[in-house]
Amino acid sequence: MGLALLFIIWLITLSSTYYFVIQKWAPLPVASANGIAIDHHFTWTYILMGIVFLAAQLGLGYLVWKYRDRGQKAQYSHGNTTMEIIWTLLTAVLFIGLNLSGEKIWAAARFQGAAPGAVQVEVTGLQFAWYFRYPGPDGKLGRTKPELADASVGNPVGIDPDDPAGKDDVVTGTMFLPVDREAELVLRAQDVIHSLFIPAMRFKQDAVPGLMIHMHFTPTKIGDYEIACAELCGLGHYKMHGMLKVISQADYDKWLASKVAEKLAQ
Amino acid sequence: MSEQAHAVHAHAAPTGFIRKYIFSLDHKMIGLQYYFLALVAVFVGMFLSLLMRIHLVWPEASLPWFGHIKPEQYLTLLTMHGTIMVFFVLTTAPQSGFGNYFLPIQIGAPDMAFPTLNMLSFWTTFVSFMVMLAAFFVEGGAPLSGWTNYAPLSAIPSAGPGQGLGEDLWIISIALFSVASLMGALNFITTTLDLRARGMSLFRMPLTCWAWFVTAMLGLLAFGVLLAGGILLLLDRNLGTSFFVPGGLNINGNLSFPPGGLNPGGHPITHTGGSPLLWQHLFWFFGHPEVYIAILPGMGVASQLLSTFSRKPIFGYKAMVYAILAIGILGFLVWGHHMFMSGMSPYSAFAFSVMTMAIGVPSAIKTFNWLGTIWGGRVRFHTPMLFAIGFVSLFVSGGLSGPFLAQPVLDIPLHDTYFVVGHFHLIMGVAAIFGIFAATYYWFPKMFGRMMNETLGRIHFFVTLLGTYAVFMPMHYLGMAGHPRRYSQLTELNFLQPLMPLQKFMSIAAFITIAVQFVFVINLFWSMKKGKKAEINPWEATTLEWTVPSPPPHDNFGGVTPVVNHGPYEYSVPGAAKDYTMQTDPATVAAH
Repeated sequence: MGLALLFIIWLITLSSTYYFVIQKWAPLPVASANGIAIDHHFTWTYILMGIVFLAAQLGLGYLVWKYRDRGQKAQYSHGNTTMEIIWTLLTAVLFIGLNLSGEKIWAAARFQGAAPGAVQVEVTGLQFAWYFRYPGPDGKLGRTKPELADASVGNPVGIDPDDPAGKDDVVTGTMFLPVDREAELVLRAQDVIHSLFIPAMRFKQDAVPGLMIHMHFTPTKIGDYEIACAELCGLGHYKMHGMLKVISQADYDKWLASKVAEKLAQ
Repeated sequence: MSEQAHAVHAHAAPTGFIRKYIFSLDHKMIGLQYYFLALVAVFVGMFLSLLMRIHLVWPEASLPWFGHIKPEQYLTLLTMHGTIMVFFVLTTAPQSGFGNYFLPIQIGAPDMAFPTLNMLSFWTTFVSFMVMLAAFFVEGGAPLSGWTNYAPLSAIPSAGPGQGLGEDLWIISIALFSVASLMGALNFITTTLDLRARGMSLFRMPLTCWAWFVTAMLGLLAFGVLLAGGILLLLDRNLGTSFFVPGGLNINGNLSFPPGGLNPGGHPITHTGGSPLLWQHLFWFFGHPEVYIAILPGMGVASQLLSTFSRKPIFGYKAMVYAILAIGILGFLVWGHHMFMSGMSPYSAFAFSVMTMAIGVPSAIKTFNWLGTIWGGRVRFHTPMLFAIGFVSLFVSGGLSGPFLAQPVLDIPLHDTYFVVGHFHLIMGVAAIFGIFAATYYWFPKMFGRMMNETLGRIHFFVTLLGTYAVFMPMHYLGMAGHPRRYSQLTELNFLQPLMPLQKFMSIAAFITIAVQFVFVINLFWSMKKGKKAEINPWEATTLEWTVPSPPPHDNFGGVTPVVNHGPYEYSVPGAAKDYTMQTDPATVAAH
């Protein structure tokens, strides 16, 4: 029985570790500046926790086999205070040290605001779609009113026609961003909580009704990236998705200009 | 106090069927009532997960009776699976079930401190469970907003199917459950403090009793907050208050609610000024301690069993007690780690994150001490011990994904993905269930006077251990690949397509794991009638429940209050005649 336990615990441990190491189901290739730092920190956590996982599980399997009942006398011991202190301190240093070493990346993503000159995008989540609004040449987003929001009349985020600042606002169902330039997002939600999740950008943030949440990140690779909703928002949660298209600055300028022209022509 | 209590309780056992089996005041019968309630609940919850696993990998499948499962029905299954498992299984069986049965016996008391309150607590839980199940059968069905029920999705009836009467029933059920848990917690705390036998000092209590005691304190402080949150949510939904609902919402064209308002002829009520984050704070102020409510009793059982079956004193008894207390205290300071992505201040995320990493330390201490207990022991592999060893393995595996999720920076990719689902299922789901299994196989002889079948027990153990790992370990891979949780279908996102084979593997593993649970149920009921007769102390254990007949008489000790002379885990004492020294053995037997 001891051998069977040893075998099964080791089997589970080693096969789990194998799949963790080969990363058959790997995360999407990272495509943002902060994402590289996040992945790096992830790898460190991964290695350290992996070592503890292997040591604890293999140790457990070994101990139950080694000390199986073969008629020997068990040791009479109530413990060892020195060892208790050592492993308490080691764990505290490991866990809290790991935590503190990741705080810089968190601070870069969340404590500081976007740098001046960042691309401005307002993101609105509603059941079950994402909408992205860009200010036109005036650089200002117009006022919105919730009662005006109605996708069937072409005004999904409820832009108020009485506000001149909103005349040139561009609203799209796909997010466009220029590469290597910081984007400042303002997240809003119209009905329930949603969460803007762009796996390749290592970006996630809830959009909460009643809050305007400012976020920022810098895409570093041209390409198309899927956007998902990560907060349960109702029956269509699984199909609330969108697309981020990262393009060159020149293409971006061209795209925005044509969109603005289209909007003003309406 | 114990003599006084003895005077109160040493009366004849009730003879009528109703007083004996239905409205019983006996803590043992109430413990069994809780246990069997949880057994029914776990099969309901497991059945819901079976439907979920089928729908995930064969979304178009048509099932007998159910037909085709729609995406919103998947969310209903998910909500009710989580709710039933967390409340009616993981909170009910380890604490209210086994705690009720064995806390009084292990501390040498004839009953709980407040037997009537105890009965009331069980029947309130029972009504709560019936109300929860009723949600399936009302118009619109059960809610789809998850067991966490975030507002405004939970606060606005028009936000989705099941968010009408079904959601109201959900809240009422949970409010009742909270009231029952508060009554139970009060009873456990008073019993532990006041009814201990002579010589049963706090530091001579078995670690199971420490776990139940601290769990009760967590319950007392946490369930009140959930109750308050539930009442506020009911008010928001039905009386037009705005605790959790901000102004300026547009839900599919509905600007206000309830639809039509309280006075259908007049103006509907418009919400203004509420905060969705307030619900999350209240919910998780309860919800995080709840995780420890589910797992602490399992830790107590694992400690008790590892010591008993290794024939060795528990390694570092006091360190174990302090670790339980530390987990209890820190458990109230970490709720914000569920909210790193919620829009809460990033500075408070930093604070919550440090506290969360700190709570990993006492958890690690416990693991080291369990390994230290086996080290140098003489390990007997009876089924309860197998499950206790499985508990340690699962606790380690589930625990080590904690330091990933405790760091806000890693929550950016991992939050609300399957990584989280894998983490909490291993540590608070399966580990806690292994604690329940271990306790069942261990105390069955005491509760029913017969032994469970070892061969069936071993089959149950090995298949369940492999099976649960095969279901929940791959969830970490899914989460790392970015698979969001609570998705009824994988069809909409391209990057999820390569993950389908893994999902299929997990579904098949789940079917096998679910099937083998019937081996357990057969063993349970068969052994009650046909199992080998059990001796008073079949495991050669030391604690007080093994000094009384199986099952114990009405007032546990036959009118005699035991006197305790030893700590709870005196195994293999040098110079002693046998390798275990009962807590009631004369003081001269052992050095300690």
